[in-house]
Amino acid sequence: MADQPPRAAGRTLAGFAVFALVLLVVVPLALASQPYWLTVFSNAALLALGSLGVWLTFSIGRINIAQGAFTLVGGYVTAILATRYGISFWVCLPLSAAVAALVGGLVGWPILRLRGVYFSMITLSLTSTAGLLFLNGGALTHGAEGINNIPRPAVLSSNLAFYLASAVLLLLGTAVIWRFAHSRLGYVFRSMRQNEDLAWSLGIDVARYRILAFVVSSAMGGIVGAMFAISQQSIFPSSYTVNDSVTFMLYCFLGGLDYVAGPVFGAFLLVIAFQLLSAIESYQALLYGVFMIGCMLLRPNGLLSLVLAPPGAEQSS
Amino acid sequence: MLAVRPVPLAQGVPMTQALVDGCVLSANYALIALGITLIFSIMNLLNFAHGQMLMIGGFMVYYVYGVFHLPFALGLLAAALVLGLIGAGFERFLFRRVLRVATREENSMLLAVGTALLLENVALFLFGEKQRGVPETVSGVVQFAGAFLPYQRLEVFLVALVLILGLLYFVQYTRPGRAMRALAQDRDAARLMGVNVDRTAMMGFAIGAGLAGLAGGLLVTVQGVNAGIGTDISIKAFIMIMIGGAGVVGGAILGAVVLGFAESIGYAYLPGSLTYLLIFLALILFLVIRPRGIMGHPWG
Repeated sequence: MADQPPRAAGRTLAGFAVFALVLLVVVPLALASQPYWLTVFSNAALLALGSLGVWLTFSIGRINIAQGAFTLVGGYVTAILATRYGISFWVCLPLSAAVAALVGGLVGWPILRLRGVYFSMITLSLTSTAGLLFLNGGALTHGAEGINNIPRPAVLSSNLAFYLASAVLLLLGTAVIWRFAHSRLGYVFRSMRQNEDLAWSLGIDVARYRILAFVVSSAMGGIVGAMFAISQQSIFPSSYTVNDSVTFMLYCFLGGLDYVAGPVFGAFLLVIAFQLLSAIESYQALLYGVFMIGCMLLRPNGLLSLVLAPPGAEQSS
Repeated sequence: MLAVRPVPLAQGVPMTQALVDGCVLSANYALIALGITLIFSIMNLLNFAHGQMLMIGGFMVYYVYGVFHLPFALGLLAAALVLGLIGAGFERFLFRRVLRVATREENSMLLAVGTALLLENVALFLFGEKQRGVPETVSGVVQFAGAFLPYQRLEVFLVALVLILGLLYFVQYTRPGRAMRALAQDRDAARLMGVNVDRTAMMGFAIGAGLAGLAGGLLVTVQGVNAGIGTDISIKAFIMIMIGGAGVVGGAILGAVVLGFAESIGYAYLPGSLTYLLIFLALILFLVIRPRGIMGHPWG
């Protein structure tokens, strides 16, 4: 924040406060008696959280199509720990994030050396690998049958409580990512996106920072997976496929890759729009394709570029 | 998931059977890998919709040959033409514009992902969800050294081989082929030498897409087709490219041979979905050692 003009920082803070107010007060008050819509908003909040992670990997110049894999990892960690060992969800949730982060770190170390299309190809394959891994997990994952009857903690049994938990997680995630993007680290990430070799030559430990970004992204995927696991109370190897990884990416693009608010805006817009237009819901995937193409042709910097100036405009050289 | 298993093999099949299957599979995969490599090297663009294009090619043969009972060759021709038109249209109306104005590399890639979603869902809408197959074009089986080779697969193998050789000749020795190679090496220099860059790029995209259509048309005779196979095929194409190296013709063929044999041997000796799990894990380990594939150029 120190490197921003105070007025801009104040505006962002005010924006965040309004966002928090809407999520935590306005939405619950407006939808308290409509459990179905609360579920829709919970889904949107969780998908937005997953997209925020993908956004962070975009900020280091990597096209990450692996978020579905980490959602799957997080979901299975919670499912296995809760059903086999009866461990409380409040322990499972951070553990899901930790395991997803660990997997992200181990897998990320080799594959983050790849750039451009190579990285997106391997992350895409990673989503399939995760599905196959859980399919072949034997007694631990029950193969294609998946794990059912995942207990939902009593505190979160109502739709309202689950929504509030999702909203709080999203707010925390947004704050973390915003802090990342607007600190020294944000500049490091942007310099890596523009020219990794140049950043490296300036003494930036590129390898460490890109793993950091990927690990944070994976941890957020793990949290999303854990939350969806208790909301659906079941998980299968095919719960998250390549299409889900692509969807996470689409939310980022639709909102705009230059703004932290981009993935949040994109996720809420698409999830809610499709609920409102339930008549066209069966064409959802088709329309996602049309949105992606239209977005690239007409608004390559995302929908938020209609109302917001590109960040860094005031300090660009 | 990825298990589009050609012929069910019992445990303890002779090695020769796995090798014969590997040959047929490799030739088919080489068609896929060459198409995606052609587009990648000319446009510097990864065609995410390649698997979906293959699927549409399969449906073309299903309708022309399977439903309307016209000659199989006509079906293949229809597949190549329809996909060629789709490819040319994509280049002309979508990618040309976006590649020109794009400020970030991600833009063209997301556009490619969008076209994949679009094709898959249009196909789902037009052709439905059912698995479709076609009757044999030639019947009979030849047996040697303990391995069975249906004539159908022999035909697929030979047609694929002829197409691969034809493509290599076209790229190496003809005028438009040379223009494409020039474009792949240096776009600006090619333009200065009088190459019509726009037309050549469109032709390259059309040929790449047409090859996907032909591969799909051949594959439908042995594996059948359904609207959902696209993503898995694209992933296979990506594996081949990552093994061989992106944008290199030799690498594409090498990657196809490696994957074809790995898959046929794996399916012969391992339980179903384990094969691809091992292939993925081996791929990640391989990329640790050689991030740009066997024959690829260093990135950037």
